[in-house]
Amino acid sequence: MADDADLNILPLDALHRRLGARMVPFAGYAMPIQYDGIIAEHSWTREQAGLFDVSHMGQLLVEGADLAAVAEWLESLAPGDFKALQPHRVRYSLLLADNGGILDDLMVTNTGKSFYLVVNGATKQADIAHMMARLPAGITLHHMVDHALLALQGPQAVTVMSRFDLVPETADQPAFADLKFMAGARYHWNGVLLGITRSGYTGEDGYEISVPAAQAEALAEALLAHAEVKPIGLGARDSLRLEAGLPLYGHDLNPEITPVEADLSFAISKRRKMDGGFPGAARVLDQLLNGAPRKRVGLAIEGRMPAREGATVWAGDRQVGVLTSGGFAPSLNAPIAMAMIETPLAGDGTALEIDVRGKRIAARVVPMPFRQKNYVREGNKP
Amino acid sequence: MSRLYTQDHEWIDVAGGTATVGITDYAQGQLGDVVFVDLPDAGRQVAKGGEAAVVESVKAASDVYAPVSGTVTESNPALADDPSLVNTAPEGDGWFFKLTLSDASELDGLMDKAAYDAFVASL
Repeated sequence: MADDADLNILPLDALHRRLGARMVPFAGYAMPIQYDGIIAEHSWTREQAGLFDVSHMGQLLVEGADLAAVAEWLESLAPGDFKALQPHRVRYSLLLADNGGILDDLMVTNTGKSFYLVVNGATKQADIAHMMARLPAGITLHHMVDHALLALQGPQAVTVMSRFDLVPETADQPAFADLKFMAGARYHWNGVLLGITRSGYTGEDGYEISVPAAQAEALAEALLAHAEVKPIGLGARDSLRLEAGLPLYGHDLNPEITPVEADLSFAISKRRKMDGGFPGAARVLDQLLNGAPRKRVGLAIEGRMPAREGATVWAGDRQVGVLTSGGFAPSLNAPIAMAMIETPLAGDGTALEIDVRGKRIAARVVPMPFRQKNYVREGNKP
Repeated sequence: MSRLYTQDHEWIDVAGGTATVGITDYAQGQLGDVVFVDLPDAGRQVAKGGEAAVVESVKAASDVYAPVSGTVTESNPALADDPSLVNTAPEGDGWFFKLTLSDASELDGLMDKAAYDAFVASL
């Protein structure tokens, strides 16, 4: 573990400490793990609105005079249909190695004049090196180190944000009230330009807000001034995403795992499934057609004892997989896990056993999300 | 006899040849919300400093060590129904297990309350 002295400090460090956060090292930064307690923060986010500081994540801007050329280049790195990604729309995607292994998962927004990428904190430097090594003439990659990233998540997030005076940067950008799930635009607030996407990592409705670092604390304080908003730490962020069935890079995803094995085939756009042309396409498309040897699944666990990452999964006397994430699900009041399991045993309802400290506990493959998501999609009733 | 403490944040109350063991208020504060406690069965032999129980918070599993060697006679049945007793009453109803001591001299190296409080303040 890094010495505290070696840790990078995020723009909201002083605010977190003032709010009573317990700070821990994470991805090279001092980060808030919890404030009031993980279960209270988890439940608050499910019922009200939680404010998360995710400024450790990498914010990248990919620009070029010809936006179609930028989309074309991104398609050489990831299996999304970026040419068809409309302005102000957001897509989940995967940065792939030449063998089809997952180097990172990321969010890609077409801003209308550039592509805005959010990548994981622990992988951002490797991602940047990977992209810079492949950067063609005429395209630039800018790491937005002068920006913080906040997430406001929960059913009251929309209510709170609607009280802010948010003016679209340009007339062609959607009014804030019209911003649906997986859409994003830039808004002026109090003289500050914010990049806002309706997205998140909790399974709840909400927003991610890119803000200049110098104004991050003012924005966080303005959000926390609303009774519906409380600060939420990384601990609850992990339990919320686990219940939502969302994978965590470095745990459920890594360079040894393909998109099909990760059960993220939805991130391979329809056109790319037909045309290929992304890294590892031969292997990945073969797995799409003929199946992969293993698959990421959700496990419901009998009893109350949590099973953790690394615990082995068994069918009788044969090991058939390993837990990639595991913990206690506060909203379900039960332990849950994600595991990489041999495909023949990955079907819903399959009974398996997990070895926890030499004890076998019963588990069952279940569909994810473990808990229904509450996204406000295009066409949903408001 | 009064309560004694370990540097691993367990407490032990000794009465005659038997003792009750739990974790301190400081320890529960560090662990956060406790959701499960894996307790030793009656009859299990534990060694001083050896693993005796596992306390599971939302985030992680943490070992609890035996403050002294002995044989477990009983574990706290209330923790199965309400593991959060470890958070709300760590040094009372949230006790972990009872044991019979095999070597009372092992108590000599443990801290009294004043020494433990000073130890925690130094952390």
